Amino acid sequence: MAKSLFEKIWEKHVVKTIDDGPSVLYIDKHFIHEVTSPQAFTGLNKRGIKVFRPQQVVATADHNVPTLNQHLPIKEELSRLQVDALIKNCAEHGIELYGLGHPFQGIVHVIGPELGVTQPGMTIVCGDSHTSTHGAFGSIAFGIGTSEVEMVFASQCLLQSKPKLMRINVDGVLNKGVVSKDIVLYILSKISASGATGYAVEFAGSAIRSLSMEARMTICNMSIEMGARCGMIAPDETTFAYIKGRKFAPQGAEWDKKVAEWKQLFSDTDAAFDQEVFINAAAIEPMITYGTNPGMGIGVSETIPTTETINDTDRSGLAKSLAYMGLEQGAAIKGQKIDYVFIGSCTNSRIEDLRMVASFVKGKKKADGVEVWIVPGSKQVEAQAIQEGIDKIFEEAGFQLRQPGCSACLGMNEDKIPTGKYCISTSNRNFEGRQGAGARTLLASPLTAAAAAVTGVITDVRELLN
Amino acid sequence: MKALTTIQSRFVPVNIENIDTDQIIPARFLKATTRDGFGKNLFRDWRYYNDDASKTRADFPLNMSQFDGEILVAGKNFGCGSSREHAAWAILDYGFRVVVSSFFADIFRNNALNNGVLPVQVSDEFLQRIFLQDNNTELTVNLEQQTIRINSTGEQEHFDINPYKKTCLLNGYDDIDFLLSNKAAIETFEKQRV
Repeated sequence: MAKSLFEKIWEKHVVKTIDDGPSVLYIDKHFIHEVTSPQAFTGLNKRGIKVFRPQQVVATADHNVPTLNQHLPIKEELSRLQVDALIKNCAEHGIELYGLGHPFQGIVHVIGPELGVTQPGMTIVCGDSHTSTHGAFGSIAFGIGTSEVEMVFASQCLLQSKPKLMRINVDGVLNKGVVSKDIVLYILSKISASGATGYAVEFAGSAIRSLSMEARMTICNMSIEMGARCGMIAPDETTFAYIKGRKFAPQGAEWDKKVAEWKQLFSDTDAAFDQEVFINAAAIEPMITYGTNPGMGIGVSETIPTTETINDTDRSGLAKSLAYMGLEQGAAIKGQKIDYVFIGSCTNSRIEDLRMVASFVKGKKKADGVEVWIVPGSKQVEAQAIQEGIDKIFEEAGFQLRQPGCSACLGMNEDKIPTGKYCISTSNRNFEGRQGAGARTLLASPLTAAAAAVTGVITDVRELLN
Repeated sequence: MKALTTIQSRFVPVNIENIDTDQIIPARFLKATTRDGFGKNLFRDWRYYNDDASKTRADFPLNMSQFDGEILVAGKNFGCGSSREHAAWAILDYGFRVVVSSFFADIFRNNALNNGVLPVQVSDEFLQRIFLQDNNTELTVNLEQQTIRINSTGEQEHFDINPYKKTCLLNGYDDIDFLLSNKAAIETFEKQRV
């Protein structure tokens, strides 16, 4: 029988299925961080049990860490206690921790792939909704709550019901100045922030196939913003080339064996999907959000929707959103003044993102009155940027290169956008207060964010490209 | 986990769609290492001006004395965004046992069920009927029967729940007990797949 990519992986991980109920699903890799794990460890300790398979767990500190002076003790007491708890819990349970100061530390969804821990065909979970990122390698990867973190600690399994299946096909060639972030913001603007709730989404089509692994990760990363249980892309030569030689990648004969297995991971021609979506890549222009959910996006040359023109899903929330954002129905978004630029997060903080920004800003300067934070996704990304001289380009442009962490994506640490200020951000969520109480977030690609950094206003980057 | 069978209560209406977990509990309150005490910061930035707990927003339903009860009623796509279970902990700690909406985000639904909070998904029409009721109206949620009723009018709707999750909630069981009881099967699975 024809099977989808999702079904092929799912079926290999079902330990048993409860009658009329969920399946016991085996989990290959479990990533943890300081914010959603402490209560799970406390639960284990109360039961008097240890982590069942500690060698399948990888830990890092990312959500709550400062992005300046990481060599000093964390100043904020609660943040420090949370990071200290992670150190203690990992030591007690025999879990490998890439904590502050470690050369592998970084955002959990950046380090998993760059270390080669993330591989095709795996089931991967983490107490973080952007775990969907790892699906770019052809794995089933999804975010879980803390009770579920405890379940995986205790049993290396979760109780899961099989989701419905959706395939989003993106075919055609992207226009100049349009990158993978624009693809995913465009899809979101078409299907809405709840358009894929209850579904596992496979991204397919020629435009997806032509993307690098890092660009594919950006798309899978934001599948949760459509409500999807997970997002995934079938592995191919691009995938294998990315993984090969990484620290935890299979070696020698094991490598050949694994690649042969991975080559079977694709949706069969007749595989059935509950829903299919078709997107024309050539129709996509650089995207920007204007509202307070990631589905509220438009092309940079378009005007903000009105109550009459907006889709049904977002109509009731439009007035509240625009009041929060200080924007008007029907107005152009281009030319909107911005105060902050944040280039970072598990969506867009990898070396290709930094290279994209650097190649655009080389020889240019940031606009007066604009503050620009570049927060690399990991210590390895930071080191690579320095090795390539990208740090110098940023310095000359007046951009501040900080140290790795989640930073202003969610403003848990000191990196907050002040009330009422506009921030163009390469992160994934423009919810009210996400980047700080009262902060106004406009989501965009690293290229569009870099253009705004230079001009001080929302800009159509295509007009600045040669 | 505390068992749940039937809840008869007045309700608090928050008639807003796409309520994400950042609104339910903002990230700056996620620094705790226990599950307790999140209720005071539930909907923090919608309840107070300038993050000041002495400056309440009079127009937000949690601050309106006429609304009370163990049931929160909210617009569709409730709980989208971040996977933070702190959202479910905040709702439970505040005193809610049931959340009613016409659509729930997947991760929130699981987190709620894992904490003894019942997500009741109703039709858009039924949700709007609830919002039209006055503040003295009580709702009855019967988990065994899988029904929700507007007591004053007698209008009733059936809701779906996974049978396994229903059993867990009726009895206060959690998934960890179940998974631990399957250790032998899990170890056999591990051996066979190598």
